[in-house]
Amino acid sequence: MTKSSDGVFFLTGKDFTNAGSASSNLKGILDDMGIPADIVRRAAIAAFEAEMNAIIYAVAGMMRYSITPEAVTVTLQDMGPGIPDIDLAMKEGYSTAPDYIREMGFGSGMGLPNIKKNTDKLTINSVVGEGTTLEFVIYLQGLSPETSG
Amino acid sequence: MTLGEIRGILGALVITQRTDMNKEIGRAYCADLMSDVLAFSVTQSLLITGLTNVQVVRTADVADIKAIVFVQGKRPDIDTIATADSKNIPLLVTNLSMFETCGRLYENGLRSAAGDTP
Ligand SMILES: Nc1ncnc2c1ncn2[C@@H]1O[C@H](COP(=O)(O)OP(=O)(O)OP(=O)(O)O)[C@@H](O)[C@H]1O
Ligand SMILES: [Mg+2]
Repeated sequence: MTKSSDGVFFLTGKDFTNAGSASSNLKGILDDMGIPADIVRRAAIAAFEAEMNAIIYAVAGMMRYSITPEAVTVTLQDMGPGIPDIDLAMKEGYSTAPDYIREMGFGSGMGLPNIKKNTDKLTINSVVGEGTTLEFVIYLQGLSPETSG
Repeated sequence: MTLGEIRGILGALVITQRTDMNKEIGRAYCADLMSDVLAFSVTQSLLITGLTNVQVVRTADVADIKAIVFVQGKRPDIDTIATADSKNIPLLVTNLSMFETCGRLYENGLRSAAGDTP
């Protein structure tokens, strides 16, 4: 039986030393709660992609998570340039990442499509010049709002 | 094949501590693009890479990679090794090139984690 848990991690833009550690910590929390391994991996990968985006593109941000017996919900809110065209950003291969990001092994425009692939629900709200809020939900035990009533 | 066998085949150096050399490795994936590691289901496998930054270890952690081999004698810095130790991800360094590393492992029976070899 999964208990509930929630919390928040703070992210600093361009802090590549710690980039990814929030998602890594979240993965540890999910593992400790006994959540099935494939769900933990999907949540960790989606969180990591979103965390990297906040750190690469924004000035600062935070990752909130909420784990209930029904679902894992993760919200990434950042203060940054925002995304002018979300449909375009969602396209595989679309990237505005600078060269030094590519040298680190990122910036191939796969992050947002990969978040979509690994989650059951994805919402992105963005205001140019202010920031981006990305939220995803992964349902546990194959439960979705429709089937669980 | 075990991590110990992989070390032998590659003449690799193990740079993490308390590494379990009996750890079973079923499949392997080779990439310098972490985006690819995250996008393709390469979970529970060996990652072979020429990149040594700490994001490689964090990527391996979230993607459930079992161990990492760095090619061309490239070594990550001490903080990256410490991160790998804390996440229990063994790190190996081989002087062999990427091609030779993959070739020798394939020759010895290791197959692709990307599902493109039987
Ligand atoms: N939080 C964000 N703030 C501003 N722009 C963003 C943000 N997240 C994504 N973008 C924009 O959307 C593009 C696509 O993002 P996506 O994560 O799919 O790819 P990427 O980060 O460029 O490369 P990859 O994720 O493969 O390393 C980015 O290049 C960037 O222009
Ligand atoms: Mg990205």
